[in-house]
Amino acid sequence: MSDRLPRLLALVPYLLARPGIRVEDAAADFGVTEKQLRKDLELLWMCGLPGYGPGDLIDLSFEGDTITVAFDAGMSRPLRLTGAEATALLVALRALGETPGVVDGEAVRRAVAKIEAAAGLAQPAGVVVGLGVREGEDTAEVRRIVQNALTARKALRITYYTASKDQITERTVDPMRLLIVEGRSYLEAWCRRADAVRLFRLDRIDEVTQLDERAAPPPYAEPTDVSSGLFTPQPDQLVATLVLEPDARWLAEYYPVESVEELEGGRVRVRMRYADRAWMVRLLLGQGGEVHVESPTDLAEQLRTRARQALELAGNLAST
Amino acid sequence: MSIARAERLVNLVLCLLSTRQFLSADRIRAIVPGYADAPNTEAFSRMFERDKTELRELGIPLETGRNTGFDGFDPVDGYRIARRDYELGDIDLEPDEAAAVALAARLWDSPELTGAAHGAIIKLRAAGVDVDQSSPAIVEPKVRTAEPSFSPLLAAVQEGKAVTFSYRRPTPAELRTRTIEPWGVVSWRGRWYVVGHDRDRKAPRCFRLSRIVGDVRIIGRAEQPRPDDINLLDFVATTGNEPMHTAMARVWVAEGKAAGVRRRAKVLGSRRIGHIQGDEVELELRFPESAASWLAGFGPDVLVLEPEVLRKSVYERLLEAAK
Repeated sequence: MSDRLPRLLALVPYLLARPGIRVEDAAADFGVTEKQLRKDLELLWMCGLPGYGPGDLIDLSFEGDTITVAFDAGMSRPLRLTGAEATALLVALRALGETPGVVDGEAVRRAVAKIEAAAGLAQPAGVVVGLGVREGEDTAEVRRIVQNALTARKALRITYYTASKDQITERTVDPMRLLIVEGRSYLEAWCRRADAVRLFRLDRIDEVTQLDERAAPPPYAEPTDVSSGLFTPQPDQLVATLVLEPDARWLAEYYPVESVEELEGGRVRVRMRYADRAWMVRLLLGQGGEVHVESPTDLAEQLRTRARQALELAGNLAST
Repeated sequence: MSIARAERLVNLVLCLLSTRQFLSADRIRAIVPGYADAPNTEAFSRMFERDKTELRELGIPLETGRNTGFDGFDPVDGYRIARRDYELGDIDLEPDEAAAVALAARLWDSPELTGAAHGAIIKLRAAGVDVDQSSPAIVEPKVRTAEPSFSPLLAAVQEGKAVTFSYRRPTPAELRTRTIEPWGVVSWRGRWYVVGHDRDRKAPRCFRLSRIVGDVRIIGRAEQPRPDDINLLDFVATTGNEPMHTAMARVWVAEGKAAGVRRRAKVLGSRRIGHIQGDEVELELRFPESAASWLAGFGPDVLVLEPEVLRKSVYERLLEAAK
């Protein structure tokens, strides 16, 4: 369905509430081009009440770049919210209200009550969202400092643990926003060390200090698109073919895998991309016998070697 | 949508809003500009049916009925739109409330919900509320709906239908047909679940959407009403969660290795094992099961000293991996 009709029905009440608004601002509010908005206005000008004489048609007066409604033909209020619209907004509001540090919970409760009253929604929504951010005391403190820096537009000095490389590094970053995705909070920032936009998991920021310097992400620093998930497979990444025992199937739910082939006994064969060899070895070694590496063979060999070395070392321990 | 059709639909809405009488299709054909283009009655009927469907899909409360006059009811059905059902009620948001609404509308990364939230914002703006979405948000939560079963399940919830689907459980590994009367679709920590009455188990159950295999089929009306006192979010959040109990562990870490362990640990003293220099450290572990695979992953760089149950668990993993 086209979204033009809903826009046409909302336009007159919208203009009525804002006499003398600039065409440009109205177009921005509706998310359309100025040209499209002018077309909509021209169309509305042809509409009106039965009779369709000069006094029956919607009348808009243009003055320079501004518009004012002279006659609304009885369309003074917008259409009420549909169930889906009210749900999309209210569910999101409630999710925000229950997450620490996002918005003022009191403001959310008031907004929910007002929208429910105006929309006349009685039945419970079919969707519930809990962002479920787990936050220890240390992470809460990191979040407060990060939020302050975002508000004050200041750069940050962070000590960060990169899990993929098992490495701790010091970085100066220019904060862009705080992202909450899949139950975790991330600082999105321009990393001066990597010379790129990076996401830093808050619970992996070991130390953080606000600098006096202004945050200055370069103009070409684009916000990360997380609409298809946090891990975006890159074509140059390594790929492994694994067979997962039932107890290790969660790997296929947690990490993006390509091509899943069901095998007997609830096992599954997957192709999984990874950026860092050492990270993959740590991940798979931890699964013990629940994951079998079919390829590459040197990855399988490395896993066995690491396991044997560990057992040998543990043998030393038993004898001491 | 063609210009002619958009214009006709706006005129139809204005006409039906302005009348208290029910207007018959014939009257509408005669009055509303655009229908005159229909060459014959059949073409008009097709046009009018399509228009009615479109208005109803937008949520416009199109009423059907007959007027009463001196000589009884009209012979045919007519149409009108009751203004009180059409119009959004008065609403006025304070700046902090409007800011919350603007952020809420951006929560979704979902074809179904992004559009609906945008539609709601357009209407709130038309009601005179200023919702500013141009200034970047400092904190931005995002929720995705990527599972194909999301839409059919949500529709089943809203229409009060029972559904059936194939569901794969990892442990014990099984693929089974489940029949449920869904009460709600729940996102918890970025994962989607459906909660409802399980007809086979005769009890409330929740299922992960990512484990649904193939299509969700509607098999009739739901019979078990959603209990008033059930909190769907709590139900999901407390189902199958590993209880968090922390335990202290003592481990040995090779010098300069396993930064992930070291950053959470307190060094007790240095110690040489075999011919490798390292430190004995102490750290707090949450979720002992996942701690075993995390520590085993470091291979010869980390050795667990105690507790014994954790040492064994790591040792067994390494034995299996060495095969």
